[in-house]
Amino acid sequence: MTLLAPLGALGRATLALLAMVGRVALFALSALSHMLRPPFYGREFGAALMNVGWLSLPVVGLTAIFTGGALALQIYSGGARFSAEAVVPQIVAIGIVRELGPVLVGLMIAARVTSSIAAEIATMKVTEQIDALVTLSTDPMKYLVAPRVLAALIVVPLLVAVGDVIGIFGGYAVATGTLGFNAAAYLKNTVDFLEPLDIISSLVKGCAFGGLAALMGCYFGMTSGRGAQGVGRATKGSVEAAAILILAANFLLTGAFFSL
Amino acid sequence: MIDLQGVTKAFGNNHVLRGVDLTIERGTSMVIIGGSGTGKSVLLKCILGLVAPDAGTITLEGTDVTKTDRDAFLARFGMLFQGAALFDSLPVWQNVAFRLLQGRDRLPKPEARDRAIEKLRRVGLKADVADRLPAELSGGMQKRVGLARAIAADPEIIFFDEPTTGLDPIMAGVINELIREIVTEMGATAMTITHDMTSVRAISDRVAMLHDGVIQWTGPVSQLDSSGDPYVAQFISGSAEGPIEAVR
Repeated sequence: MTLLAPLGALGRATLALLAMVGRVALFALSALSHMLRPPFYGREFGAALMNVGWLSLPVVGLTAIFTGGALALQIYSGGARFSAEAVVPQIVAIGIVRELGPVLVGLMIAARVTSSIAAEIATMKVTEQIDALVTLSTDPMKYLVAPRVLAALIVVPLLVAVGDVIGIFGGYAVATGTLGFNAAAYLKNTVDFLEPLDIISSLVKGCAFGGLAALMGCYFGMTSGRGAQGVGRATKGSVEAAAILILAANFLLTGAFFSL
Repeated sequence: MIDLQGVTKAFGNNHVLRGVDLTIERGTSMVIIGGSGTGKSVLLKCILGLVAPDAGTITLEGTDVTKTDRDAFLARFGMLFQGAALFDSLPVWQNVAFRLLQGRDRLPKPEARDRAIEKLRRVGLKADVADRLPAELSGGMQKRVGLARAIAADPEIIFFDEPTTGLDPIMAGVINELIREIVTEMGATAMTITHDMTSVRAISDRVAMLHDGVIQWTGPVSQLDSSGDPYVAQFISGSAEGPIEAVR
């Protein structure tokens, strides 16, 4: 019996994980179906657009500009080892647009938006505001979840596009300011090198990461335990889950776009 | 009329309701008393469908509540939550008028706002609180806003969950008086959960005591002091000695 105990524990953990995957999948399907059927809550949707999109711009912009600048420095110093310093514009562009732009924006959204959605909805649950919504004939999935997930699906790709541009600008500023690159040549190399698929993959990743980030915030908020500890656990769990899912989805999407 | 027959509910091994039978006649004010953790709130949430009972039937005017149109069913109810449960992100008037601003028959905003202010006045609040956020109000004011929200759509049935918990005795008295007045003038059926005996005497027509998952005693409030039930006697006297264990 003692020898089998670890196997039993492994089995229980696997079953618990699969059950959670099932619950999250059902929750996602429910959120999707509520997004498509009336009533629609325009005010909630507008507030979510503002929170996820507009108010995330500073953190996204700062993350992108520093990352772009650091990337230019790294590629220049790394490329100098085999006389390939000239590829800085191309590698910055491809690195930012294909990978760093969407992933960093996704992770910033997980840190900023997933946590705030989870904490807000969990607090509403703990203080019976979710029950109050139900007694007022309002479906929390429609009123709280659908607007937030829809807003993230729409606005995070736009944030990624903004992040891509600012990231490339960060690389451009460092390269032309300190590494001696010609400004016009840098921009021409960047534009010539990028392909439509690079940009499409970036936006698709943004859409997927935004959806995952909002969904995790809503799921953990709606399933929060009681009290301050429940809210804390929901917030922590939502950010962990969103970050891991974003990185896993990034791997799968990169494979789907570029390994064929 | 609300009728509960054999309602049971367990959370894991914790059997909260073990077969509740209770009838609340139309237009009466029923107060459910019982110690903390005896399942009073669960019972109320079972009626509203916020918690699904494991067994038993709950009917409203003879119709099983699980088989009725949910929106139409909930439209007949108003509820005052224990912590008021006001929506933090909305100003007071939008909290009060929340139901009036939803659904197919929703009112235009100015009309809904007027109605909200009228209900705020009814619970003793001035119009200038209408644009404040709930976090800017005291506990007593939040409770009154919650009460205004509960009565905003003139419901037939109103539930009050611990309406005086956390309030000072004067504010508790104000809330008790308001509940009694409103229930009487609206002719609504009321169900209140409390362990505040002052509330019980101020609000109720009939009293039911929930203990150990069943209704231990029910009767008119006038018979509360002479019920002859040892559980009720211990509860209303607040004595540590008796059939109800003091340490639970």
